[in-house]
Amino acid sequence: MSDKLLVIGESRDGELRNVTFEAIAAAKKIKSDAEIVGIICGNQNLQNQGQEMIYYGADRIVTVQHDNLKTYTSEGYGQALMAVINEENPAGIVMGHTAIGKDLTPKLASKLESGLISDAVDIEHNNDELIFTRPIYSGKAFEKKVITSGIILATIRPNNIPILEKDETRSGDIQSKDVDITEIRTIIKDVVRKASEGVDLSEANVIIAGGRGVKSEDGFKPLYELADLLGGAVGASRGACDAEYCDYSLQIGQTGKVVTPDLYIAVGISGAIQHLAGMSNSKIIVAINKDPEANIFNVADYGIVGDLFEVVPQLTDEIKKALQPTS
Amino acid sequence: MNIYVLLKKTFDTEEKIIINDGQIEDDSAEFIINPYDEYAVEEAINQRDEHGGEVTVVTIGDEDSDKQLRTALAMGADKAVLIDTEDDLEDGDQYTTTKILEAFFQDREVDLILAGNVAIDEASGQVGPRLAECLGINYVTTITDLKIDGDTANIDKDVEGDVEKIETSLPLLVTCQQGLNEPRYPSLPGIMKAKKKPMEDLEIDDLDLEEEDVEPKTKTVEIFLPAEKEAGKILEGEVEDQVKELVSLLKNEAKVL
Repeated sequence: MSDKLLVIGESRDGELRNVTFEAIAAAKKIKSDAEIVGIICGNQNLQNQGQEMIYYGADRIVTVQHDNLKTYTSEGYGQALMAVINEENPAGIVMGHTAIGKDLTPKLASKLESGLISDAVDIEHNNDELIFTRPIYSGKAFEKKVITSGIILATIRPNNIPILEKDETRSGDIQSKDVDITEIRTIIKDVVRKASEGVDLSEANVIIAGGRGVKSEDGFKPLYELADLLGGAVGASRGACDAEYCDYSLQIGQTGKVVTPDLYIAVGISGAIQHLAGMSNSKIIVAINKDPEANIFNVADYGIVGDLFEVVPQLTDEIKKALQPTS
Repeated sequence: MNIYVLLKKTFDTEEKIIINDGQIEDDSAEFIINPYDEYAVEEAINQRDEHGGEVTVVTIGDEDSDKQLRTALAMGADKAVLIDTEDDLEDGDQYTTTKILEAFFQDREVDLILAGNVAIDEASGQVGPRLAECLGINYVTTITDLKIDGDTANIDKDVEGDVEKIETSLPLLVTCQQGLNEPRYPSLPGIMKAKKKPMEDLEIDDLDLEEEDVEPKTKTVEIFLPAEKEAGKILEGEVEDQVKELVSLLKNEAKVL
């Protein structure tokens, strides 16, 4: 087995996503003395992103720059990555369990005839075994999995594996590789931005989620204010999405997104089992609900029984005060 | 059009998970069609109604999987195929599933394959794109709209909340995301008709596969439940005081501010 692990870097709006650095840390957990080779694809100069990956623990970078890699397509990225994989012959490949990771890694697994562990939240060693922990049944249970043959291929869930400390004294080789990317049959004609600017739900450290109790689209405004203040994202229960208070892309639960932020504030959410599956592994859960019997209080670390329209604005003000430097 | 739907049965979303002897207890569980696969069945029916052809629903499972197949037939699918692996395979993973489906599709004419974007049990989302790659056909995951015109497909794809407008060509595999459609409930006449619709039973022998051809590449070594959360703290007093206390707890005890 070679001592080389590849980490596939992923960027949004020209900036590497945090999960890329988490993937580097994950590779270190797989084999602490492995050479970590970062791969970045795009249509522009990728030197700076390469340098950033090195600061966070990568040893060497391969970039593939091509006009056909402007936006992600499984065909374009597939060709670029297979060229690099064939040349580097790594022992393993890691990337984030993001929209791109979910779309791309099964293709690589098929090409490599390999297993694939999706959505890992932890990596450990037990004697000689490399063990991945991943949620099943949307977090109602967990499984520990091993790869029994072939290359190590895994995606990691954002927000679970701590990144390595940034070290700007680190340096490494950044090499650009020419790959001919041909015959793209699936063309992206346009991208319509709907997601709120800034923080993505699956990567957010703080999530303010609203349920039916929020009562209307307008009712979500105070939630957005609080989320903005904390650099977080807004989510919703299925009830709120079904009632058209917000877009389905915000839905958290067994259908919808499964999230594990540091702080989850559930506002006007009763806590159906399907919703709890999507968020109950958050580190700290706050519930605000006028019904003291609401199920959400069973998983909450802190609960306020009260009218959310009264509580949320006050909470925002109080947090504002708390965040101001004390004189 | 030859339209296929990949379907999996999953635990009802209401079910609690109980672990017995290291395995998830499924004797008393209610099973449903994986909710994302319901979007696939609905979309397949709509596409057939618009363009003609036939919808075949395929599942890999055990003898009880016919229940979910009958539901899909009652919704309006034309044919069902059950690949029963219960007697032949002890373990399997997404590699196994893909190899079986690849063998199944080997001699079939396919225009469109639809699947859910994930199953809500194992939630790996691998089988769709893995299969497309094996069959050498295009694929688009997490779609929220599909328009087919001749050999061209125009698709809306959900990318973490943004929408990509995609053009691609048939044959094609898509995986379905919430928002694509509203799956119908089977009607009573639909349920009656479903009883007479053809259901084919296959085993891996029938697909010219040996056990070693589909040997998994990964293995589950342990299943466990998340640690029970300790009862939380319900704050008391006037709203103003509760809010103050909460902020103080978040800052000093939980250290998340």
